[in-house]
Amino acid sequence: MKRGITILAIVTALLLSYALYGALIGAPTERTMGDVQRIFYYHVPSAWTAFLLFLINFVASIIYLIRRSTKADILALVSAEVGVVFCTVVLVTGPIWARPVWGIWWAAGDIRLTTTLVLWVIYVSYLVLRRLSMSGQTPKIAAVLAIFGALDVPLVYFSIWFFRTQHPSPVIGAGGSLDPRMGQVLLINWAAFLCLAWLVCWTRYRLEVAQRQVEEAQALESLLEGSR
Amino acid sequence: MNPLHYLFAAYIATWAIHGTYLLILARKYKKVRREMESLKK
Repeated sequence: MKRGITILAIVTALLLSYALYGALIGAPTERTMGDVQRIFYYHVPSAWTAFLLFLINFVASIIYLIRRSTKADILALVSAEVGVVFCTVVLVTGPIWARPVWGIWWAAGDIRLTTTLVLWVIYVSYLVLRRLSMSGQTPKIAAVLAIFGALDVPLVYFSIWFFRTQHPSPVIGAGGSLDPRMGQVLLINWAAFLCLAWLVCWTRYRLEVAQRQVEEAQALESLLEGSR
Repeated sequence: MNPLHYLFAAYIATWAIHGTYLLILARKYKKVRREMESLKK
């Protein structure tokens, strides 16, 4: 297990370094936006990774509600937590890109931006609920919240197809035209971020398992002390 | 403001967010380890 994490950590570090080189130097400079467009190589893969993690959270929450599996519950918690980190990156890098390109940090009322912010708020609420609630029902309530929260993911993704928005159209699929070299750098960055997400989720999963074992042992210890 | 500043700001912000989360995880890990050791005693 430890060896697997070490190998994954090395692969992630190498991929991230190569992806950074590709994003800053390897990819051609976009004609209209110039170097600011390179923010796209961090912004878009972070968004895709966040969506994938929220999807994992959704599936794990359903499995938890059906089987009451502790593993599914931990996976749901971990994927939501790491998903929020990637979603935060999306919400921070987006406005930094928008300022020089649109002339504003945030287009108020824009459906893509608003639904992404709502998505972030939903999953932060999910994590706050899990952190603060002491009820035995917390995993169940959190799983239900996660299922409703996941409904926002397709809304965020497809909003630029069905609504008029200031956000750029999709660059891959649906008629998007992207320079093949840019597309390659984008996919390398996504692969690097996926490896990072996998590594962090794996570590966080093991940590959560250990934390629950400690809590159980502490509860048992205090029970034994009480009965003496 | 130079457009390159925005590019570097975005990349630095990305790594600052990931770094902060990893620091939080490292602190949590230390705490769990400490608790495990005190349980062993």
